[in-house]
Amino acid sequence: MRTLPTVQVALDGAMPDMGLAEVARRRLVVRDSARRSIRRRRMAGRAMQVICLIAVPIGVAPLVALVLATVSKGAGAVNIGFLLHAPTPSGVPGGGISTAIAGSGEIVAYAIALAVPMGLFIALFLFERPGGIASTIRFSADVMSGVPSIIIGIFAYAVYVERFHHFSNVAAGFALGVLMLPIMVRANEEAMRTVSVDLWEAGVSLGARRSRVARSVVLRGALPGVVTGNLLAVARGVGETAPLLFTVASPTFAMTLLIFNDATQPFSDAQQTAWGTALVLLALVLILSVTARMVAWTLNRKTR
Amino acid sequence: MKRHDEVTGQASNHATDPRAHFDDRSGRLAKESKAAADRPDPEVHGAAVTLDDVSITFGDHVAVRNVTLQMPARQVTALVGPSGCGKTSVLRAINRLHDHTGGAVRGSVRLGNLDVYGPDVQPEVLRSRIGMVFQRPNPFPTMSIFDNVISGLRFNGVRNKRLLREMGIAALHNAALWDIVKDRLNQPALRLSGGQQQRLCIARALAIEPEVLLMDEPCSALDPVATAKIEDLIRHLSGEVTIALVTHNMFQAARVSDNVAVFLLGDDRVGELVEVGPTDRVFDTPDDARTKAYVTGHVG
Repeated sequence: MRTLPTVQVALDGAMPDMGLAEVARRRLVVRDSARRSIRRRRMAGRAMQVICLIAVPIGVAPLVALVLATVSKGAGAVNIGFLLHAPTPSGVPGGGISTAIAGSGEIVAYAIALAVPMGLFIALFLFERPGGIASTIRFSADVMSGVPSIIIGIFAYAVYVERFHHFSNVAAGFALGVLMLPIMVRANEEAMRTVSVDLWEAGVSLGARRSRVARSVVLRGALPGVVTGNLLAVARGVGETAPLLFTVASPTFAMTLLIFNDATQPFSDAQQTAWGTALVLLALVLILSVTARMVAWTLNRKTR
Repeated sequence: MKRHDEVTGQASNHATDPRAHFDDRSGRLAKESKAAADRPDPEVHGAAVTLDDVSITFGDHVAVRNVTLQMPARQVTALVGPSGCGKTSVLRAINRLHDHTGGAVRGSVRLGNLDVYGPDVQPEVLRSRIGMVFQRPNPFPTMSIFDNVISGLRFNGVRNKRLLREMGIAALHNAALWDIVKDRLNQPALRLSGGQQQRLCIARALAIEPEVLLMDEPCSALDPVATAKIEDLIRHLSGEVTIALVTHNMFQAARVSDNVAVFLLGDDRVGELVEVGPTDRVFDTPDDARTKAYVTGHVG
């Protein structure tokens, strides 16, 4: 392969004076190089395609295997009664997981009530008041989202359970809320940043107050991203176990705890219940994720 | 209340005859100039914009300095000049948009008799008297066509549904958009073409019945046909509101403006106003040699 001869570029970076002949010669060099290297470039492209094709199944396989295992082991346990009946002690037939579903629902509701409004207001602050305080909050949120969930569990135990001397779903909701909050803050802020400055200025130039622009233009424009981000954070929170270990009164009051508890027992019916609960939980998380995408899609479609 | 009645009357006229508004406009104009003599109320009759020794800085960078300029009421004043000479900065000083972008404005800006940067002025109320149209069409993507038009009214607390409807329709007529959008008022605004979106933005700015309309290169993102329509619109609106038009296009300035202000970069790369006057005079017999070079296409 011929290389382009070095050109005498002046040290001050000035464009060298090239005659027409030099331009023609350079054109030839570039075309020549393109023709010579085409085989090599095509082959490299194919190789990359093959690697990608191999990578896809490797990436998707764990998900498929996980879903298949959960379905095959849990499907036998799940029926209407399983969803509607309260748990029974091991050996007593007819038990279900209704208390765990209700408990998980209650805990997540508390977490949402805490984290969603807080997440919105904090993100609005970050958007509206950039500066030192905002950077500090943003940094804290990033650190927070990396804190192991078991530590958040201990924290909730220390500030709630220990102080009020009893385990409760409120404490668990608090722990989950703390866990979800930083994820929501960052997702919300990210969504607000996608609203262009042009729109913000349009709102302000019409005489709107900043708070009104924040609500009617920024928040409204960010809504698809906000809804998606919050739902995904909730889906993440639903599946958490560690924060609940220290806060929930009984493992029968939350699905993840029930799974942990029953799966570690030597009785086969308990283990069956654990798989069934796992399947229900997996289905719930899946529904939440799909709902998140669908809501975002619908909201986006309305603007076109 | 009287003003509302006027608007109502105007809107119903439009509803019966969409083409009537330009004729209607000239009729109103005649009446208005008489009324203006009796009762010179700039809030109703459009206000002049006066800049006195205005300089605008961003941190250490001086964008434009010592601008003294009068934009007469109900005329089109074009701000022309090469990129980076501070035209847009001057425009944004008029409705205090620099409050939010860290630009510092020195000198005096007046809307009619009101000191725009006076201590008692609430920027939001000031901006409700000044419409603005931006370089790129920026309709609110989450709102329908009609909700876009009346968004400014809503932002300013107008709740009366009938009034919103009438003022919205009137604004669409004024922006020569009514016939195009009347059957799809509830569709998303982004379904309109670029030129229509820009006219929608003009309608949105007109709906708050501004005394001054600031236009920041409103045609720079549009094709020649759409540009011609916007220029028509500017000419028709000029008898009613004071228009400040930033443009790169000398021909556009010559076509639509009554007055022209020429900005150029000084030797230290700070923008400055080199000449201002009636458009014909500035283009035909410029006082300043730099203006002459610029308007005849030798510079910039």
